[in-house]
Amino acid sequence: MKNKNILWRGELTTEGSLLRKGLAFLSGGISWLMIFLVLPGLLFIGVSFATRGDHGELIWKFTVENYQRLAGYSLFGWTPDYLLILWRSVEVAFVTTLVSVILAYPLSFFIASRPAKSRYVWLTLIIVPFWTNMVIRTYAWFYLLSPELPLAKLATALGMIPPDTPLYPNAIAVYLGMVSVFLPFVVLPLYSSVERLDWALVEAAQDLYSSKIRVFMQAILPQTAPGLSVGIILTFVPAMGTFVVPDLLGGSKYMLVGNLIQQQFGSSRDWPFGAAVSLGLMVLTMISLQIYNRKGKEIEVL
Amino acid sequence: MDTHKDKNLTIKNMVKTFGKVEVLKTVNQEVRAGEFFTLLGPSGCGKTTLLRIIAGLEIPTSGSVILGNDDITSLPANKRHVNMVFQSYALFPHLTIYENIAFGLRSRKINADEIKRRVNEGIEMLRLETLKDRMPDQLSGGQKQRVSLARALVNEPDILLLDEPMSALDAKLRAQVQEELRRLQRKLGTTFIMVTHDQDEALVCSDRIAVMNEGQIVQCGTPEEVYDYPCNKFVAEFLGAANMLKAKRVDGGVETELGFFALDKIPDWNEGLVTIRPEWVKISENKPDHNGVLATVEDSVYRGTNFDLFLSPGNLRVRTSSYKHFRTGDKIWIELTASDLVALGD
Repeated sequence: MKNKNILWRGELTTEGSLLRKGLAFLSGGISWLMIFLVLPGLLFIGVSFATRGDHGELIWKFTVENYQRLAGYSLFGWTPDYLLILWRSVEVAFVTTLVSVILAYPLSFFIASRPAKSRYVWLTLIIVPFWTNMVIRTYAWFYLLSPELPLAKLATALGMIPPDTPLYPNAIAVYLGMVSVFLPFVVLPLYSSVERLDWALVEAAQDLYSSKIRVFMQAILPQTAPGLSVGIILTFVPAMGTFVVPDLLGGSKYMLVGNLIQQQFGSSRDWPFGAAVSLGLMVLTMISLQIYNRKGKEIEVL
Repeated sequence: MDTHKDKNLTIKNMVKTFGKVEVLKTVNQEVRAGEFFTLLGPSGCGKTTLLRIIAGLEIPTSGSVILGNDDITSLPANKRHVNMVFQSYALFPHLTIYENIAFGLRSRKINADEIKRRVNEGIEMLRLETLKDRMPDQLSGGQKQRVSLARALVNEPDILLLDEPMSALDAKLRAQVQEELRRLQRKLGTTFIMVTHDQDEALVCSDRIAVMNEGQIVQCGTPEEVYDYPCNKFVAEFLGAANMLKAKRVDGGVETELGFFALDKIPDWNEGLVTIRPEWVKISENKPDHNGVLATVEDSVYRGTNFDLFLSPGNLRVRTSSYKHFRTGDKIWIELTASDLVALGD
């Protein structure tokens, strides 16, 4: 059976040879994923149930204490601190994604409406920030938000901050930094959808008495949904775990789950708890994506 | 309810430029309420632009669109009681056929019972009963077109615009749809304005045809008028009159290489062109009583229902329903009737 000749995409071969060839092609990628993703992942789950030694070493003794701690239970009773950090991370990721999407739509339409030649100039401008390290880009905000520059002066004039203080560390600074980091991740996939937009559908919606909102919901959103989905996932997932931006621009008061994890593996030397928090973040991310999947479909039906 | 049936459409001094290109050069035209009006012309003649201006999808550079007594030039598309059948049909891919047809009514927030009644009416009118729960990508071209028609017509528009509605259909279906469109228009009494580059389509469907070229309406009239009396070479050629004879004006008619012809209407030029349609040239094997010319068959093309013969002198194309097969080199007599000759203007 395996040695029967078959025709596969114009090539005369046997099933056995096809199978061997297929496995050879797949083995590289599969072993990469096994060694660098699946095994460390399983190890991580194991670590999250292990115990921290007095000097930060790992003791392979089963405990659920790490998860209890994450849920807020400790020797001194229940506190919502860690849950709040988790919730705040979801909130920051959500708002960052939302603002990026709101900004990305007009930007994508603007670029798509340029003549073919200058489109690449605009796209390059979107990509240019990637040429610089994220830490350096975030530090640049220190300067932009410093008291001498218009942004802080404006905030002072509006009575938001006292005179001669920088516009950081605070939530606004975190959002400014986050959106500037993640905007390109939404614009690029969204642009690829907008570029292929069938304008006849937009015109049909207009011709059929639609308000601007209805034109967007019925003619533009369904067509750009593929690009938008990619953008939302590319933003929301990393934004949940980001720590550089909130660490630098948010100050110590604005701790997010990314900072918490970094702390456990860094200064606190508490790997088991760090692993538990990481897994908590992963579960939360998956739940969020699941909600997005369901809600996304509902919106499209609207 | 039927007030929309007496709204004439007037296009006044319409000019549209895209950058430096003048797409429409001062178009003036009236479309009467309830007529099937066709804009016929080659691609790039501005016919689609004119249609889009009427729909409100394009803003004219100058000039106005008047519907009934209202100037609607600056009214946005979603406020105009004018609906369009798009060339690509533009059905919403995420909505069922039923929802596609209901789209305009839902936009206008018409009450649910009325929407149901009108959509079902539209579904029945265009025989879409079995398709109403399907998605657009499950439909054939002809079915999509009927959905697109229903989607526009359930809004009971003052004017229905059709942008090359049959360009995506195969030839057989096209003939069928032409007749159906015409029947539908007669039944509803709605003004239809269609854009096409296909003369057959225009002749079959229309009450009146406006032939366009280079941003202007060259001639407007009933299909018979435009077909029988083309005003110039462009219209004559576009409507398939392939025979152009150089002529000199003489007393009481014109002199051509095929002889003298007395014309009812003496042209206002001294030298120009006269045309005769291929199917109007009579042929016979015996010398006719008058105006007979002996010609040689240069080529003959079989077209199923007829032969097209190419004759010299005069480089004439003659369409004959005769079953007699002529061969290259055959000598035949042709007879041109003076009343079938049309002198063309510039």
